[in-house]
Amino acid sequence: MMRTAHLFQARLFPFAAAAFAAALTLAAPARAEEGEISYPKQNWSFNGPFGTFDRASAQRGFQVYKDVCATCHSLQQMAYRALSGIGIEPSAIAAIAGSVSVPALTDDGQPTERPALPSDRFRSPFPNDRAARAANNGALPPDLSVIEKAREGGADYLFALLTGFRDPPPGFKLGDGMNYNTAFAGHQIGMPPPLHDEGVTYADGTKATVEQQARDVTTFLAFAANPEMESRKRIGVRVILFLVVLTGLTYAVKRKVWADVDH
Amino acid sequence: MAGLHKSEFTNPVINWIDTRMPVFTMIQKEYGVFPTPKNFNYFWNFGALAMVNLMLMIATGIFLAMNYTAHTGMAFDSVERIMRDVNYGWLLRYGHANGASMFFIVVYVHIFRGLYYGSYKAPRELLWMIGVVIFLLMMATAFMGYVLPWGQMSYWGATVITNLFSAIPVVGESVVTWLWGGFSVDNPTLNRFFSLHYLLPFVIVGVVFLHIVALHITGSGNPLGIEVKGPQDTLPFHPYYTIKDSVGICVYFIVFAVLVFFAPNYLGHPDNYIPGNPLVTPNHIVPEWYFLPFYAILRSVPSKLGGVMMMFGSIALMFVLPWLDTSPVRSARFRPIYRILIWVLVLAMITLGVCGARPPEGIWVVLARLATAYYFLHFLVLLPLLGKLERPLPLPESISRPVLGGGPLPGGAMAKPMEKA
Repeated sequence: MMRTAHLFQARLFPFAAAAFAAALTLAAPARAEEGEISYPKQNWSFNGPFGTFDRASAQRGFQVYKDVCATCHSLQQMAYRALSGIGIEPSAIAAIAGSVSVPALTDDGQPTERPALPSDRFRSPFPNDRAARAANNGALPPDLSVIEKAREGGADYLFALLTGFRDPPPGFKLGDGMNYNTAFAGHQIGMPPPLHDEGVTYADGTKATVEQQARDVTTFLAFAANPEMESRKRIGVRVILFLVVLTGLTYAVKRKVWADVDH
Repeated sequence: MAGLHKSEFTNPVINWIDTRMPVFTMIQKEYGVFPTPKNFNYFWNFGALAMVNLMLMIATGIFLAMNYTAHTGMAFDSVERIMRDVNYGWLLRYGHANGASMFFIVVYVHIFRGLYYGSYKAPRELLWMIGVVIFLLMMATAFMGYVLPWGQMSYWGATVITNLFSAIPVVGESVVTWLWGGFSVDNPTLNRFFSLHYLLPFVIVGVVFLHIVALHITGSGNPLGIEVKGPQDTLPFHPYYTIKDSVGICVYFIVFAVLVFFAPNYLGHPDNYIPGNPLVTPNHIVPEWYFLPFYAILRSVPSKLGGVMMMFGSIALMFVLPWLDTSPVRSARFRPIYRILIWVLVLAMITLGVCGARPPEGIWVVLARLATAYYFLHFLVLLPLLGKLERPLPLPESISRPVLGGGPLPGGAMAKPMEKA
């Protein structure tokens, strides 16, 4: 009897759904255009619904952070113990933390320092923003804890930035103490090229090219920003499998309940 | 009139309670046997979905509030602590943030359903108006919630939106100072926003209750837009619609789970992972995606006061929609012209959303102005005229006997003579 109604639903619903999907997808890339710069998509180990952090790469990336980035950039949201997420052993974490001194107070209230514990947050290179600016030509090196989520393009952008240092094209007016970078908005960045071939020596023998270091430290920073990612995706796969089965069962029950209704 | 209720429940405990306080009878009446038109399509799932979504937001929000610190110097770090150190804190926060997006998706579909099938027409005007109040409360709640993580977009979004009130002639500046609790968006602003963000959802619960009370007086509309003629047109809410809503809820949870587990920041803005800084203005201050159409209306008017009035007017219009639409026919299915115009309206809203995300220059300004013009034209000119000009298709005799299908009447139908629609 209501065949027309069914046809109608079938026509209308996907249309409406598609309209909403289109609105969402159109609104999101709209923001990517703002930077005027495109960052080539890289094939990251942590991409996709089953992606995980390449442990070796992330550990090498931690070394790059520790030896290079940490000179200026803090990582203040992350605790040393979180390094277990990229496969570093507890004893090694304790040693890493123990090699750093953090501010403390003596029993009679005098400022002192003590070795850091795994539960401490990464020690920042500067005591405050003003000191950081003073040491960096007035520029503030941003905290790197969530940098992968705080920039349009995420990991692809970080990689493009770290490998994007060039000599300025002829006629480009570069400010005093500034550096030319293909990925940075406006192409003038206060940070000098941080990575150099063989600038770090990898314990696992990987050749430390600029590109390799950039790839590794980006993997590490993606982990720093999303330490929950692996368990999030793992749970997500199970949740969705469960829901798909539940949807099927629910729909079957619905068909059964409605079977004797003329509609 | 005082007096014990004569309960029909046989379970002695339930009967004892029900006799003294007939909540079980009420639930049975309103959600058990409640007569519901039998021809709902899946668009009629979205009210139940919004209800589920509201409960989820309250549940996740209560636990987030246990771990959040409402202070300009600590808010951002406390959110990161939730993400890293609170057990399943990331699930709570991503669930809450994406839950807001899901809520707006669901409510926008729910509103579209109302527009398409003329759910706002007599006798459901008040039901519709209460719905508009819920929508406004949702917008206020979502806006204040977005301020709480105290990222760059939180701070600057709060600055831009609260500054809208400075457009009020004479007292505007004083009103803004009063809203802020100071001379800029600062700690007092964050504290009151947190307080109100916790309060408003419970106000929404109250207004949703009124929405449902009104719904259960008029009864639900349906895709044909004709009134129920008798019991042959309806089914008891349970099990028919409890199970049909359950199917929708399952699908809704799949979409929700894809966002939360695999693209938790897709609908957010990267700048909100930069701590709020009054000294650095982001290149483009954009609201969350669900406000973009209204933001585009605001920006498409060159005068500040004009823009603010148009933006609020675009929603205020919804309150008088039942009287703007002069057509006696509810469902767009029987309105050949309205059925096209409603899609033009959807297109205009999507255009506004896209324009709102882009800097207000060049083609985007032109497009936004055209779409804004259509929005107001649609409601203020086309709808009143259409009721007079449009020739609706013939309406079905009843839900159980649509005009096109033919077929025999169901047994019960013959007992009651039918009125003309």
